[in-house]
Amino acid sequence: MPELHIVVCVKVVPKPEEIRVDPRTRQLDRLNVRHEINPPDMNALEVALGLKDRFGGSVSILSMGPPFFEPYLRACLAMGADHIYLLSDPAFGGADTLATTYTLAQGVRKIGRVDVVFCGEESSDGATGQVPPGLAEWLDFAQLTLISKIDLDLPGRLARGRRLIIGGYEYLETPLPCVVSIKSGCNEPRFMDYRIKLWAFSDGRITIWDASALDADPDAIGLPGSPTIVTELAAAPSKERKRILLEGSPQEIAQQLTGLFKEILR
Amino acid sequence: MVSSLYGVDQEQKEIWVFLEQEKGNLESVSLELLTKGREMADQIGWGLSGFILGEDLESLAHQAFNYGADQIYLASHPLLNTFTIETYSHVVFEAVMEARPSVFLYGATPNGRDLAARLAVRFRTGLNADCTDLRLDTQGDLLVSEVSGFGGGVLALIEMRHHRPQMATVRPGVFSSSPTTPRKKTEIITIPVSLTEDMIQTRILERVVGEVVDLSSAPVLIAGGRGSDNAFQMLQELADLMEGEVGGTRPLVDEGYIPRERQIGQTGVVCSPKLSLCCGISGAFHFIVGIDKANTVISINSDPDAPIFEFSDYCVVADVHQVLPALIKVLRSMQEVSNA
Repeated sequence: MPELHIVVCVKVVPKPEEIRVDPRTRQLDRLNVRHEINPPDMNALEVALGLKDRFGGSVSILSMGPPFFEPYLRACLAMGADHIYLLSDPAFGGADTLATTYTLAQGVRKIGRVDVVFCGEESSDGATGQVPPGLAEWLDFAQLTLISKIDLDLPGRLARGRRLIIGGYEYLETPLPCVVSIKSGCNEPRFMDYRIKLWAFSDGRITIWDASALDADPDAIGLPGSPTIVTELAAAPSKERKRILLEGSPQEIAQQLTGLFKEILR
Repeated sequence: MVSSLYGVDQEQKEIWVFLEQEKGNLESVSLELLTKGREMADQIGWGLSGFILGEDLESLAHQAFNYGADQIYLASHPLLNTFTIETYSHVVFEAVMEARPSVFLYGATPNGRDLAARLAVRFRTGLNADCTDLRLDTQGDLLVSEVSGFGGGVLALIEMRHHRPQMATVRPGVFSSSPTTPRKKTEIITIPVSLTEDMIQTRILERVVGEVVDLSSAPVLIAGGRGSDNAFQMLQELADLMEGEVGGTRPLVDEGYIPRERQIGQTGVVCSPKLSLCCGISGAFHFIVGIDKANTVISINSDPDAPIFEFSDYCVVADVHQVLPALIKVLRSMQEVSNA
């Protein structure tokens, strides 16, 4: 039986609380913003590393983005991943989900034999949750989404997971290979292992592939491969609130609040 | 550019809505999309169709007519009784390729999102996820989707000029639903379904659906955050007294204090209550999105600098554990008086 091979898709995102829209250019001000690994992707990585602890095999990190992603991705090596594949080419820029999932699928194909592709539930910047099923469609893989628990049956070539549905959950079973999106917050990602940190940030293997290395259709990547266009970008107007301060003892405040409730719920 | 399987010149000027059902009832978000779809269709003179999959669905079709649908497509088959991505995507794909609607809307539910995302790639089209508003541009017959990113801090308008269908998902509670007089002419179209077991890769081993809480339309929301982590009993009591529902921030859900379906905010539910009472919530972007539509927001937090106060109509700088007992006491005594 060949070794278990897991790919984890990881995105580096700006910290949401630091992002601003430049009111003049209407572009996102990406300078002076700190970045982080998309927090839900850390939950996915933790699940993958847990499976590697149990079954052995290897974990590859797959990411699409500019070269500055590299140090962030190396942190995944320091947590226990084995290899990083960064898909990086100016031609990938401006991709919407269709182009992004296509490019990632080309990356998975190029990596070669894979049993499970893990993704976080969604990204904190775009928050669309479309990438995992879209990727599964390009690869013609089965899918398990919004998974909070997973188990593998390697001899039977099966994955079983607990999926969130409206008002409850279901346990699903699919054949391998499959794409699995992991429910954010379902585990506590491990810390970096300081014994391998030095290796991760110096000799740790990182492979960078551009569009031609991926043999990508130039019409399907980046801006040309993206059917949707953003016509306007603005800072979200938040509702003007009254911000009236209520003061007094807890009892006095309780009286004021019940008075307000009556008015509001009339 | 890669073309979609059908283009603008082949589209039917129609809006389709994916209607999701559980135990013989349409999901609230499906009704909300029908109401919104009717409004857009009327502005531009298009038809509105709903698409239902399952078994024995006639009564659901009539529910949908009460929310403005002109036509209901029914796909009835034992293998469609519960959602699997293979069966649902197969049947919807075939029907869409036959009818070629211009617009196709889905609820941003676990199943709606999965289906839309998978189909978008199959059609080679775009998909705008978690839209906060939709409109039809009457000039170019274009769907204009408003989406928010970065935890709600940024809004973008997105359109798609050449690819069809124009697809979008919308979360429950973003639009409101209202029943309407059925159209003069309504029609049920039964579509042929050819499915076999061997097309299904996903096996459902177990499925548990409890009581579905509908936070999105509750008139009163009692929301808890880190500052109220030991006060869940009090939040629940308050909710009972005020005929409201309890919700919470993501950390509270992650730590197991509040069930997942009661999570408020970007990855949870968007609420539009008359009153939202926020107890011990600091006010992260991700959370604020979920209460931004409340008529009135009242917040209690012991930290005077908590960002939540920026988004509140009434601000109480105090410890939740002191204010809530006093509040419950007053409400209880008022209830006793009115009962007497």
